[in-house]
Amino acid sequence: MRPFDYHRGTGIEDATRAAAQGSFIAGGTNLIDLMKLEVMAPERLVDINRIEELRGIEATDGGGLRIGALVSNTDLANDPRVRRHWPVLSRALLSGATQQLRNKATTGGNLLQRTRCLYFYDRAMPCNKRAPGTGCGAMEGVNRILAVLGTSEHCIATHPSDMAVAMMALGAEVEIVRASGATERLPLDDLYLLPGDTPERETVLAPGDLIAAVILPAPVEGRQAYRKVRDRASYAFALVSVAAVVAVEEGRISRADLAFGGLAPKPWRNRDVEAALVGQSPSEALFDRAADILLEDARGHGDNEFKIPLARRVLKAVLADLTTGAAA
Amino acid sequence: MTEQLKMDAPATDRRLDGMAQGLVGAPLDRPEGPLKVTGTATYADEYRIENLAHGMLVRAPGNSGRVRLANREAVAAMPGVLAVIHDPRLLRNPAQGTANKAPVQDPNEAHYLGQPVALVVAESFEQARHAAQSLEIALEGGAPRPVDPETAAYEPQPAKGVDQGDLDDAMAKATHSIDVTYRTPSHSSAPMEPHASIAQWEGEDLTLRGSYQMLKYNRNELADALGIHPDRVRILAPYVGGGFGSKLGLAPEAVAAAIAAKETGRPVSVALTRPQVFETTMRRSETRQRVRLTVDPEGRLTGIGQAALVSNLPGEVFSEPVLQATHFLYAGENRRLSLDLARVHRLCAGSVRAPGEAVGITVLECAMDELAEAAGIDPVELRRRNIPEKDPESGKEFSSRRFREALDSGAEAFGWKDRPATRSRREGEWWIGYGMASAARINVLKESRARVTLAPDGTARVETDMTDIGTGTYAILGQIAGEMLGLPRESVEVVLGDTDLPAAAGSGGSWGASSSGTSVYVACQAIRAQLAQRLGVAETDLTLRDGQAVFDNRTESLAAILNGDEIVKEGHVLPGETSKAVRQATFGAYFVEVAVNGVTGETRVRRMHGSFAAGRILNAKTARSQCLGGMIFGIGMALTEEMAFDDRDGHLANHNLAEYHIPVNADVPQITVELLEERDDWASPLQAKGIGELGICGAAGAIVNAIYNATGVRVRDFPATLDKVLAGL
Ligand SMILES: Cc1cc2nc3c(=O)[nH]c(=O)nc-3n(C[C@H](O)[C@H](O)[C@H](O)COP(=O)(O)OP(=O)(O)OC[C@H]3O[C@@H](n4cnc5c(N)ncnc54)[C@H](O)[C@@H]3O)c2cc1C
Ligand code: SF4
Repeated sequence: MRPFDYHRGTGIEDATRAAAQGSFIAGGTNLIDLMKLEVMAPERLVDINRIEELRGIEATDGGGLRIGALVSNTDLANDPRVRRHWPVLSRALLSGATQQLRNKATTGGNLLQRTRCLYFYDRAMPCNKRAPGTGCGAMEGVNRILAVLGTSEHCIATHPSDMAVAMMALGAEVEIVRASGATERLPLDDLYLLPGDTPERETVLAPGDLIAAVILPAPVEGRQAYRKVRDRASYAFALVSVAAVVAVEEGRISRADLAFGGLAPKPWRNRDVEAALVGQSPSEALFDRAADILLEDARGHGDNEFKIPLARRVLKAVLADLTTGAAA
Repeated sequence: MTEQLKMDAPATDRRLDGMAQGLVGAPLDRPEGPLKVTGTATYADEYRIENLAHGMLVRAPGNSGRVRLANREAVAAMPGVLAVIHDPRLLRNPAQGTANKAPVQDPNEAHYLGQPVALVVAESFEQARHAAQSLEIALEGGAPRPVDPETAAYEPQPAKGVDQGDLDDAMAKATHSIDVTYRTPSHSSAPMEPHASIAQWEGEDLTLRGSYQMLKYNRNELADALGIHPDRVRILAPYVGGGFGSKLGLAPEAVAAAIAAKETGRPVSVALTRPQVFETTMRRSETRQRVRLTVDPEGRLTGIGQAALVSNLPGEVFSEPVLQATHFLYAGENRRLSLDLARVHRLCAGSVRAPGEAVGITVLECAMDELAEAAGIDPVELRRRNIPEKDPESGKEFSSRRFREALDSGAEAFGWKDRPATRSRREGEWWIGYGMASAARINVLKESRARVTLAPDGTARVETDMTDIGTGTYAILGQIAGEMLGLPRESVEVVLGDTDLPAAAGSGGSWGASSSGTSVYVACQAIRAQLAQRLGVAETDLTLRDGQAVFDNRTESLAAILNGDEIVKEGHVLPGETSKAVRQATFGAYFVEVAVNGVTGETRVRRMHGSFAAGRILNAKTARSQCLGGMIFGIGMALTEEMAFDDRDGHLANHNLAEYHIPVNADVPQITVELLEERDDWASPLQAKGIGELGICGAAGAIVNAIYNATGVRVRDFPATLDKVLAGL
């Protein structure tokens, strides 16, 4: 760990100003690990944990929720409103990490956690994300957990979050306070960048830009599911996950909000998949067509090729569950 | 003072059965348990030593070339840095278990990625770590090295194999036969406590607080590595947070700490980070195993072939003893067992969690499942029909063997008769299946010493350099002494983990309990003899219980008999003729129910049962815990554990516990363990055999066999991760 300055943020303005040369620290469950390995080496840490405005879950005028960036994964998962109206989010959160980690992990930090790519974590290895221009160690290496969609020739990392996948399916927005002081709301989808030629740039945030909150829109009709496939029963990142909000009216699918984890450098949402489903009667052939669209451009790199057929199976099972009587 | 027992004849007197205290076998708690669960047991790196400096190892970033410290001066000048050490005595490889001398040293040339090549010492741990991370290691003049065992050059290990009869002929004539190839990946020991050492010199005398399993060997290894006399070295390891083989031999941090402490004139702690535990301590070799089995029309084995390929670094003598129990588990007159050792530049291979049987019996048992299917015989029945009368290769008798009983009793307890037909039982998305496998592990007795003192107040103290690596040594040595001397458990103090004490066998190879337990027994026997002499009765007529001696219809307290004296005896056990005269091994059987998800291929173990026979059980609770631990690691081996090596440079990619998946609680179902009554007179005067590793010696096979029963998918490439199951669903 490289020596760093520590600044305790007293308010949002103070924190964003101080973080122009540095990193925010929230729960620290990802950042500290990476700092110990010197994969991340901020010169200054700006601790946002004392900033009260970043706490709390409030109802919005529109019937949704405003989730403060510091709300812990545990508190968010257990919030009665979330459990009742947005159960997909609660389930996604509870499927992640462990109780101890969820107690520390925050909403903002979870969105911005870094990839678990093994080469990213090892400074002896080439990695375009950690050290731009050195190459991608994973592409022809051990890449079982990495991405098959949205990748580039420079990086095939996955975004590891479960929470963000559910939020993506729910159409969440992020409230950002820019270092300049301006406040913006962005669809979560627009927060993340694909690797392209610059895998080191993962979001549209500039240094000092703070995530203040996540806004969930009002609950919608439909049944919700979060299905996570992983190597062990707990305490493992998703190989493939699906967050889904699906409604059926008069025998036809009226809503199919779907997002995917473990497949791509960001929580993945493909509106074409949803468009193909909405208005149709559920059938295996329809679900296969949806999977075809989802996986049209999917490309494996050896170890991770199994994710392509696996994603198809999981998507189809989730759709079947949510469109027939069976519980998800 | 020293009472010696060489195990040349079976101990048919079974003295423990005649003792009166009722401690041996009882499921007593571990006396040190409360300290451990409250965090007050002090482990190696937790000593608060004044003026302590901290060292951090630095790794080779590649697998070949001369090592140059490119920016040594700059790093030496960093804040807090006390020394940058690149000493030829630094270990290149960790020491193999019982090596008793220094392992390969010299950090000047890289042989595997991750090899320790330097140590940076600083005032604080954080400064040392940062400086170590800042040290640039240049590798000069390197050449490509073989890293893939299946294509690398290999050396046959004829001494490990056998060629008896004509297997090819048996294959040609067999009613049913199978010829299958399995692969198991490398496994990491993954102990909870990372390796750590604090070294402290007083003049020319070194004290090392370490986390080691076999102190008498470790002392010699450390002394040899440093070039000093073993008398100058004292190792303390009262608590060890798990070892699983990785702490049998000396690891690089111990030598590094000793060199650094000498050079800086200060006590120095070197703790391995979790990635360093993965990269610089032993791995279990991956294996490729071709198994050929043939049966006659009655389902009797006529031939057994097992050809294994394992690997290690050039120069290392250890080869995973895959065939160890295949030699005697089943009958069959035509036998061809062979082992080849490939030379690769991956991190060092050595003993990890039941070396040999854990992978060898697991694969053999999967092959037996395939054979049972091919021959149309129930898997339990196939095994029952092939229990050999005598060791099928040497013709020796078995010392004791309740293998058939374990199969029968386990099948009954589990409800094996309800095993579904292959791919026939479904609950929602889940395919349900049963699987079973046999368990077998060789039994070994090793030289061991212990001192027992019976104090004038009638309490006792047991002292030995034996270790307790979480297994229950403190508990059982106290039980044996209490039983023999007629003392309540609380009246016996057990002192372990100090090389100043009599040298024990150490914890490894499942031999710790019976070997060190026997040394305590022998010492206690001598004390009993002296008490009897004082009373003028035959030792065998003396009953000791609750601090009282009962003899000739009289009762007298130990304190009165001792009359202010203490009695001190050292017990010393040596293996003898009984190790050679008979085949000694432990046996058992596993039964497993799994559910395999028909959509995702995920396997969840639903219940697991093990029936085991390992001679006299010294403590039913700690013995059960050992079996549970083994079976849990069996779940890991079957489903998730795999050291993922990069084929290009041989480096270990998943060197942390987030991505090297050992089972977590949610992976572990209800497990039941049955310990069969057994006495093995040939094994030790305790009639006890080793039990520590038995629980893993085949367990994973039962799970993979259950996956087949559930789904009809044979996974021959461990672990059975969902992608491999899915491919056949
Ligand atoms: C072993 C392990 C297993 C795990 N398993 C899972 C899993 O299965 N599923 C899963 O989803 N997650 C998993 N996690 C990841 C965990 O969810 C994240 O580490 C956690 O959510 C990060 O939150 P944090 O508050 O601790 O972030 P921090 O570590 O504090 O920060 C992470 C990043 O976000 C930035 N940041 C934090 N807050 C803000 C803010 N308000 N505005 C702008 N930037 C900010 C920081 O600067 C840093 O770059 C696992 C983690 C570990 C260590
Ligand atoms: S996949 Fe991305 S993060 Fe992983 S090594 Fe390649 S560039 Fe780095």
